[in-house]
Amino acid sequence: MNRQQVLDMYFMEARAKLIDIAAFLDRVDRAPGEADFRLAAFRQALKELDGGTPERAKNVLLSFSDPSVEPLEKASVKGAIGAFAGNVKD
Amino acid sequence: MVSRTTDDYQDMVTAGCEAVCEPAFWAGYDRKSADGFYDYFCQLTEHEPKRAAKFGLAHFCWLCINPKESEDMGLAKDVIDLIPKFIDKPGVLGIGEIGLNKNSRNELKVLEMHVEVAAKYDQLILVHTPHLEDKLKGTKLILDVLKSDKRIKPERVIIDHVEEHTIKLVKDTGMWAGMTLYPESKCTPARAIDMLEVYGTDRIWMNSACDWGISVPLAVPRTMLEMKKRGHTVDLIDKVAYQNPIQFMRQSPKFKLTA
Ligand SMILES: [Zn+2]
Repeated sequence: MNRQQVLDMYFMEARAKLIDIAAFLDRVDRAPGEADFRLAAFRQALKELDGGTPERAKNVLLSFSDPSVEPLEKASVKGAIGAFAGNVKD
Repeated sequence: MVSRTTDDYQDMVTAGCEAVCEPAFWAGYDRKSADGFYDYFCQLTEHEPKRAAKFGLAHFCWLCINPKESEDMGLAKDVIDLIPKFIDKPGVLGIGEIGLNKNSRNELKVLEMHVEVAAKYDQLILVHTPHLEDKLKGTKLILDVLKSDKRIKPERVIIDHVEEHTIKLVKDTGMWAGMTLYPESKCTPARAIDMLEVYGTDRIWMNSACDWGISVPLAVPRTMLEMKKRGHTVDLIDKVAYQNPIQFMRQSPKFKLTA
């Protein structure tokens, strides 16, 4: 597919997802109380969209990933939450 | 598939699916004893093949204790000791889906115990990689375990649920990569096709998530349609969706399609 065809096939879907993200951030802003680290992690990951190379999906995933290498002493929970607190820069 | 209704088998056959390949996985709750797994392995190796056969669908499976239940080492050992009793059943392709969930020390030990069984009985290996923030670290730990065991041939291992940040790590080892399609969260059909375009179509397959969450058993046929819309040839679509899984699974002498 050329760029025109990619836009024809995926632009409307991507546009809708982008507006969903904008609405999500508005919703968080309007809500009372404090946000946890996931909001900062999300905003940090958004910056990866400005990257100049076609590796944005990979870089967003890396930005949410636990970069450590040592196994956890014990698995106290089963689920994952989608972001890693240690990655959030002040 | 223990988590799905019979209607799903009917839909899959209607869409042209010829076989279902079902890993042992989490029941949605922790089983309390090895007896619970004994029953589950009977269900996977005896009952499900019969249920699928009613619709002309071949059924194959993998055996293990899932990483989500691997923190209890005593239970894990008892369950792993059961596997040899079932390993010669006709539809059993190998050990899976083993791997990691939260990347803990006990999960790693249980992974190594499973790898030992696979090596001893010369079985194929299907690996689950952790989700979300745990995937990158878990994939690296899993690959280290598999690479360090010289009895394990990389072409007989598939590392499942790869995404854009782990696919190259997997392909560089010579192991197979599986892309699991989810209707919400994780890998979508569009992204799976992107990965095929970027990383090539050798040693890679797609599968539909069919677990307790919202999932679409027809995700692979739907992705084939999307590949067609994107201009991919019939031959290439056939390679990824049909020939590649056959190439991997027929390394087990038990994998046969009658159609
Ligand atoms: Zn899995």
